[in-house]
Parts: sequence; structure tokens; C-alpha cells
Amino acid sequence: MSQPTIKEVLLNPIFNNNPIGLQILGICSALAVTSNLKTALVMSIALTLVTGFSNLFISMIRSQIPSSIRMIVQMVIIASLVILVDQVLKAFAFSLSKQLSVFIGLIITNCIVMGRAEAFAMQNPPVLSFFDGIGNGLGYSAMLIALGIIRELFGAGKLLGFEILPVINDGGWYQPNGMLLLPPSAFFLIGLFIWGIRSWKKDQVEKPSFKIAPQVSNKEAY
Amino acid sequence: MSSQKESTARTLLVALLVCLVCSVFVAGAAIALKPTQQDNRLLDKQRSILAIASLGNPGMSGKEVKALFDQRITAKIVDLQTGTFSDAKDPLKYEPLQGAKDPNESIALTPEQDLAKLKRRERYTIVYLVETDGKLDKVVLPIRGQGLWSTLYGFIALKADMDTVSGFGFYQHAETPGLGGEVDNPKWKGLWPGKTIYSDDGKVAISVVKGGVDPKSPKAEHQVDALAGATLTSNGVDHLLKFWMGEQGFGPFLTKLRAGEA
Repeated sequence: MSQPTIKEVLLNPIFNNNPIGLQILGICSALAVTSNLKTALVMSIALTLVTGFSNLFISMIRSQIPSSIRMIVQMVIIASLVILVDQVLKAFAFSLSKQLSVFIGLIITNCIVMGRAEAFAMQNPPVLSFFDGIGNGLGYSAMLIALGIIRELFGAGKLLGFEILPVINDGGWYQPNGMLLLPPSAFFLIGLFIWGIRSWKKDQVEKPSFKIAPQVSNKEAY
Repeated sequence: MSSQKESTARTLLVALLVCLVCSVFVAGAAIALKPTQQDNRLLDKQRSILAIASLGNPGMSGKEVKALFDQRITAKIVDLQTGTFSDAKDPLKYEPLQGAKDPNESIALTPEQDLAKLKRRERYTIVYLVETDGKLDKVVLPIRGQGLWSTLYGFIALKADMDTVSGFGFYQHAETPGLGGEVDNPKWKGLWPGKTIYSDDGKVAISVVKGGVDPKSPKAEHQVDALAGATLTSNGVDHLLKFWMGEQGFGPFLTKLRAGEA
């Protein structure tokens, strides 16, 4: 197998192999932190950095990791990075870290980070792995930012806290859609996005895992 | 190579080294950033106290917040059991929330008393006095209680009559954004100033009501509109106010403070 180029690993995950859209990973946090754009942005940056650097470090020591404990070693590295991010956020963006609360910690269990470490960083050289991590982080970010924009704009009439559509409660004309602020709405939106991406890029459509056999007789089964 | 890599000794060694390196990084970051984090936390609290006491403006820098806080606000320990000021703790260091967990410094609440669903209430807490020209102008009281998803932590500022609300708000909660999260809406918070807590017979009368406050009703001065679409958060706010203003909360302290005996 020829090695992918940096450009490929960096850009492919954004549309062609989106971690949320195609791989359906990282849905939990995508539901939780996208009710406004600001938390979605911070979460995107945090996850992109963690994925990038965990891939880098894991790839650097990949030939030293005994396969019997490789998952745990990956986990330790990811967890350390996440704690680092959490501490930095607490020190320099306190109010944001209050809003994101538990979700930064939950990056540890985010399937994207673990998935890239196991699927890519264990077999590829450090620099390439680093960019693969960043690329997948960007794919996740693209989805999060799109969700954040839609949910905040139509759910609260704002973007990054600035009023765009004046809502009725504050004397405007826009009746916000309260459901968009609740986590389930992100499910519907992600579903629509996946539909959109797959109608645009037909090769992402999965083959049906079975075919319904044609009806062989007119008799009802009984 | 590969068989050597998989040997038990090698596995243990790698595990040990990885843990060692990672723990050094994590511990280093935690210790190096701790002072900044503590400053931030303190600043955040001071900022919300100032906002609720309607001092300063929201865009103040950290230094201005600190200076204004030191200049205008005195923190004092209150013994909730006796309702008097106390010197038992250092108001700069004491953490009432830690106290609430310590069986020696808190009381268990019976289900009837426990309106705010706190389970235990600390004995000592901190109140913030705002003085103007040596006279008590406002008092800021910490309050908290269960909403729908989370405990709401906030402050209420009372005027010198210890009855009229001058400011109210939460600094930490995790209610649904846009619904219960509207407790942070400045418009809703603006409904609070001017409301009075106690009825003429000294009972806690302040309440959050659904369906709008009728301004003609004699109770209107004690009532605030509930949040639309957030019944449970509104109930939580209602209950936590009834608790903290009542007999188990600051009731005795406010009575004494009004009489000048605290």
C-alpha cells in the first residue's frame, strides 16, 4: 500500500471521510456541545489538538508499544493530553471551561481520537500521523461548527452571542425554535447532513447488507 | 525483536515509562497552572458578586474587579445556626461548600425542610456587605439549590431593609440553554429588583409564578414571572429562595441584622 500524502490525510476527512458523517463517530459530544457556536468552536480546537498530538506521540513510540497493552498505552497518552487541555482552559478561559464542563474530559473517550490512534498512528510515521489527527479533528470541527451555527442561529437567534435574528422575548419578531437547543435536534441535523453528503458523494452510500428477495408466490405466508 | 518486544519484562517497562512521563507532564501542568486557575475562580466569583450588587460594569478588567471588590465589599462569616456574625472561620479562606460536606460543620435537613434539595446545610457561610459611607447599604447572600439538571449557584442582594431585592442571579448552573438557561437572561433578572421577600407577618412570600404576575394583585410585589418552557428550573428557583430566605437559611440572620443585633 502506498503511503498517503500529507495533503490527503489532512483534507480527506473533511468531506470524503468525515469522522461524524461517514464513520459516525463522536456523536455524543457533537450533540452535547453544539447548542451554541462558541462552545462548539472551543471543543473543535481542543479535539483537533488532542487528536493531532496523541497521534504524533503514539506514532513516535509505536514500535516500542507491546501489542498486549497498546490500547492502554494509547489511553494513557490521550488522557494526559486531555487533562493538559482541561487545565489550560481552566487557567486561561475559565468561563468557557465552566460551560464545557465535563465534555472536555470526555474527549478521552471520544471514538475519533482512539480510532485514529489505533487505525493510523500505529502504522504510520509521526509527521503523517500528526496531520492525519489534525485532519480528522478538522472533519469533526467542520461538522460541529455547522451544527453550532444552525442550532444557535435558529434556536436562540444569535451567533457567538451576538443577536442576528431579534427574538420575540426581547421584543423582536423571531420565534426561536426551542427544540434546536436540546440535544436531540443535533441528531436530526446530523442525519440531514449525512443525507446531503451522500447525495453529493455517491460513493459514500453503503451497499445494502442484504437484498429483499422478490415475492415468489401470491400466497400469503402462514 | 518482536518476541523480545512482547516479553513480560519489556511490557512492564514500557507501561512504567509511559506512565512516568505522562504523570510528570500532567502534574507539571496542574501545579504550574494552579495559581492562575485559583485567581480566575476567585475573580469569577467577585465579578458576579459585584454584578449582583450593581457595582461597576460587566466589561471591567480583572484588576478593576479586584480593586472595586476590596474597596466596597466586606466578606463576613455568618453562623446560620445562631443567625449572628462569627469569627470561627477566615472569610478569605473558608469554603462554605466544603463545610456543607463536613458532618461536624453542617446539619442534615429533613425532607420537609429541604426545599432546595441540598441534603445538608453548612453551619457557617459567607455574606458580603456593601457599605456606603460607613452605613450598610446592601447585603449579598449566597444561595443555591436544585434546578432541573443541576444545582444552581447564585447570589441575591438585599437592600438595607433586608427585605427588598436589589439584585439576583446565578453564576454557575447547567440548565438547558435557551429554556432553563434563561435564568441568565438580563431581562428576566431585571424583574427581580424591587420585589420584597417577606409578607407583613414576616413569612417568606417571594415566589416564582406561572402564567404572568397580575400587577393589581396585592401579592404582586412578592411575585416574579416564571421562565417560559422551564417549569422545573423555575420551581427550583422558587424553592431555593424559600429555603434560603426561610428559617433554615438566612431568616434568623436577616431578622437580627434588621434589628441591629447580628
